[in-house]
Amino acid sequence: MAKKIFPKEEVCVGCHLCEVYCVYAHSKYKKPTVKAHELVKLYNKHKDSKPTPRILVEEKSGEWTTFALQCRHCDDAPCTKACITGAMKKLEDGRVICDEEKCVGCWSCIMACPHGAVRRGENKKAASKCDLCLELGEPACVKNCPNEALVIKEV
Amino acid sequence: MRYVIIGNSVAACGCIEAIRKVDLQNPIVVISDEKYRVYSRPLISYYLAGKVDESKMYIRDEDYYEKNKVETMLGKRAVSVDFKNKEVVLGDGSKVKYDKLLIATGGKPFVPPTKGFELKNVFTFIKFDDVKAIDEAIKNGAKKATVIGAGLSGLKAAEALIKRGLEVTVVELANRILGSILDLEASKIVQAELEKHGIVFKLETSVDEIIGDGKVEKVRLKNDEVLDSDIVVFAIGVVPNIDFLKGTELKINRGIVVDDHMRTNIEDVYAAGDCAEGYDFVFEQQRVIPIWPNAYNQGETAGYNMAGAQKTFDRGFPMNSIGFFDVHMITAGIVMPNSDDVEVLVKHDKEKNSYRKIYIKNGRVLGFMFINSIDRAGMITNMIKEGLNVESIKHRLLDDDFGYLDLPKDLRQEKILGGAKA
Repeated sequence: MAKKIFPKEEVCVGCHLCEVYCVYAHSKYKKPTVKAHELVKLYNKHKDSKPTPRILVEEKSGEWTTFALQCRHCDDAPCTKACITGAMKKLEDGRVICDEEKCVGCWSCIMACPHGAVRRGENKKAASKCDLCLELGEPACVKNCPNEALVIKEV
Repeated sequence: MRYVIIGNSVAACGCIEAIRKVDLQNPIVVISDEKYRVYSRPLISYYLAGKVDESKMYIRDEDYYEKNKVETMLGKRAVSVDFKNKEVVLGDGSKVKYDKLLIATGGKPFVPPTKGFELKNVFTFIKFDDVKAIDEAIKNGAKKATVIGAGLSGLKAAEALIKRGLEVTVVELANRILGSILDLEASKIVQAELEKHGIVFKLETSVDEIIGDGKVEKVRLKNDEVLDSDIVVFAIGVVPNIDFLKGTELKINRGIVVDDHMRTNIEDVYAAGDCAEGYDFVFEQQRVIPIWPNAYNQGETAGYNMAGAQKTFDRGFPMNSIGFFDVHMITAGIVMPNSDDVEVLVKHDKEKNSYRKIYIKNGRVLGFMFINSIDRAGMITNMIKEGLNVESIKHRLLDDDFGYLDLPKDLRQEKILGGAKA
């Protein structure tokens, strides 16, 4: 049984906090707990290479609806079949992860992902995508959404 | 039950991984004339450029074969197949019996007969050993290179050689570079970028003769122009690596003809990858599609069927993601349609150096070329695969911020919350 995060567009307010906390959760400067001013300090440490959140808030000019989308950790993940290095792989726990050390930034995964959930990471070096933050226990985006617009479920 | 695979690249991986989803017990044997465990041929240019070292060339872990109970026969060439007795015959005379066979021998370089080809420092550009040999030549002082072919692998070779500090001239027969994935307008954008980095292009010509005393010293072009050269790299393209099967009962067109189960005309014999000719969903004909994800999908489909599970793959079509220096492009489907009933949508932002061209036919995406503005391109690739009617949103496909919000809510919800299926 794999875990997946689902967005609830009816209650998303488009605040982008999920993106902020995603960056925080994947930053090498993160600490176990974070207070607001520490978030800014952490962001400033990344000044030279603007970090890419692995979650994307979809919004469109003139549209009220917003929601956040990340990797669906597909069962038959097309990104793993397109990857030329073996960096994109499906783990036994069901997650699809990108081994950023192996990745060469060919973007075949971007070509293949039907959800557009993979992004070019910092300095366009490696593919950047959701890894469900399992080391943190609970994904940072789900935990910090102020309106419960992201839920994590076993499917 | 013994599964035998001739070939040890991505199609073989797809096959092994599919078999092992269904059958954990019966032996799988992989035969390859190369001595390496499974590695990525697309990465050879990265190796030559110095971007990856040998350890990163391998696409699966060291214990991959052991974990999947695969016996490997590496450095052994299959020279023929006795389809009647179900045996693969190897170069050393030994025979490998099979119950189910996958032929996944990939492609071999296409080299037109050229005077001087046998001189030292003339290379092809497909295998790991090819770039190791080029690397040696560079270490021995090669300074000028002539690359023959301005396609995907030729330009990757040229890029790597520039990064190694050589002077590079690329010779191409067509009137444009990257002829298989870009039209003239798009190719000029990429050509300008490559020329900025020092690559010299000689288009609409070819190499008539390679000249030298024992080793390459010059090349003479069709128009009689002579270029100094220390190395020559043939990177014109690949053709299916199936010479050893010609003249047998196996049905071969350009490649080994397969149906949507990857079955050949011979029972228990399958084919996948660059050596196979399956159905191209966009071109609507049997075609060799020498593209990495297609090879994996075909190998996987063959594997499932070999192991007794029913599986079909009938949505193969060409798609490419490739970049040189600071320019990157993603293309898919038909990029040079030759019918009048195709609508063309174009957006070229010269300031951002970004370009999108999309072909629409009967309300569906037929193909696209994206240069630099490639984010979320996979959403469009998927529209080709699903045959989605995009009539109401087609102009939005040119925008960087196209997304799920452009689709009606019920379709969007189905795709995101349906979740597991890609």
